[in-house]
Amino acid sequence: MAPESQLQQQEMSWALLMRAAQGGDARRYDELLRSITPFVRNLVRRYCRDPHLAEDVVQDVLLTVHRVRHTWDPQRPFSPWLASIAARRGIDRIRRATRISRHEVSDELAMETFSVPAANNESGALRAAEAIEPLLAALPERQRRALEAVKLRGLSVAEAARESGQSETALKVSVHRAVKALRRLVADGKDGGE
Amino acid sequence: MEQPSTEQLIASLSRGLAPVRPLRPPARRALLWLGAVAVLLGIALLRFADLAAWAAHHAQWRMAIEAAATLLTGVTAVVAAFHLSLPDRSSLWRYAPLPPLALWIATSGLGCLQYGLGLGPPGDRMGDSMHCFGFIIGVSVPLAVLLFAVLRRARPLDPLPVALTGALGVAALAAFVLQFFHRFDVTAIDLVTHLAAVLCVVAVAGASRRILATDR
Repeated sequence: MAPESQLQQQEMSWALLMRAAQGGDARRYDELLRSITPFVRNLVRRYCRDPHLAEDVVQDVLLTVHRVRHTWDPQRPFSPWLASIAARRGIDRIRRATRISRHEVSDELAMETFSVPAANNESGALRAAEAIEPLLAALPERQRRALEAVKLRGLSVAEAARESGQSETALKVSVHRAVKALRRLVADGKDGGE
Repeated sequence: MEQPSTEQLIASLSRGLAPVRPLRPPARRALLWLGAVAVLLGIALLRFADLAAWAAHHAQWRMAIEAAATLLTGVTAVVAAFHLSLPDRSSLWRYAPLPPLALWIATSGLGCLQYGLGLGPPGDRMGDSMHCFGFIIGVSVPLAVLLFAVLRRARPLDPLPVALTGALGVAALAAFVLQFFHRFDVTAIDLVTHLAAVLCVVAVAGASRRILATDR
């Protein structure tokens, strides 16, 4: 089959699946997300060379697709809509990485631990805990609880969702937003401190 | 093969999927919003403005062009904001309000030149200018609240251009309404004050852009 007609077929298939997903068909939505993931991954790798970072962006794109799925107009092609979301998220990630690299210095020695027990004191951890406390307090209640459960207490998403009474999707979204808000708060703090 | 976390994310997003109603095309949404605002402002103008005096004042071609350019700036900026709020629409929409905006400033500037940069009649009326400033801000704020409430339904991925064009739209519409109560020609001070008010609205909206991107 010619590549052009293959693309057309893919476009038609995605449009059909997305139309069904907008109507609430979870099975077709699952099929759509699995089908678009390799396409999104290819697009995202144009912006991010690091495969781990790229996978983070792929997940960010999937979350965004979920969040704004009502903005796709069934009268219009699906691929450009998806590609612009992937490009936007890729650009956001590059900007964020650039911003972070401007403010952070990588020092491997700083992570080294020593054989003398006294050298491995917990003052650094305590300082970090003290520093993050006010930042966590600045987050909305729901986001703070989700972040604490998953990232600090190490619960699985399913456990944290059960504990908070939220769906797993809602919990993941809360954690995602909390991390974004924390990054923003840290960046603002550094900007303000300079 | 998918990494497990992406697999899990897909499974969790699909589980319990709620149906959504696709947004109407942006041009139609913009026209609906503009129609509703036209009705509200039309009722206010019929009630409070001297329409005969406005018509007489705008019989001059320059005044008529200035009014049309102000209105067109408002309409194109609002339409642009609706387009920019969606992921797959051209980012060139952000430039759509610029030609009518340039025409608005040019025709107002021409009026200033005719009155010797505000020094001739009707003169520099700082008090009136401050009234104009307050009027533009006072009308823009409720219009911006109404517009942002509709625009945020799209959860724009890049809220800054949406906020800026939307704010320019409401400020220009406010400046258009002001012309019904501005029974004298625009002086240099008036022009600067009007533009300062528009810039204030745009700046505040730009700073508040996150309102557009948040879910709740």
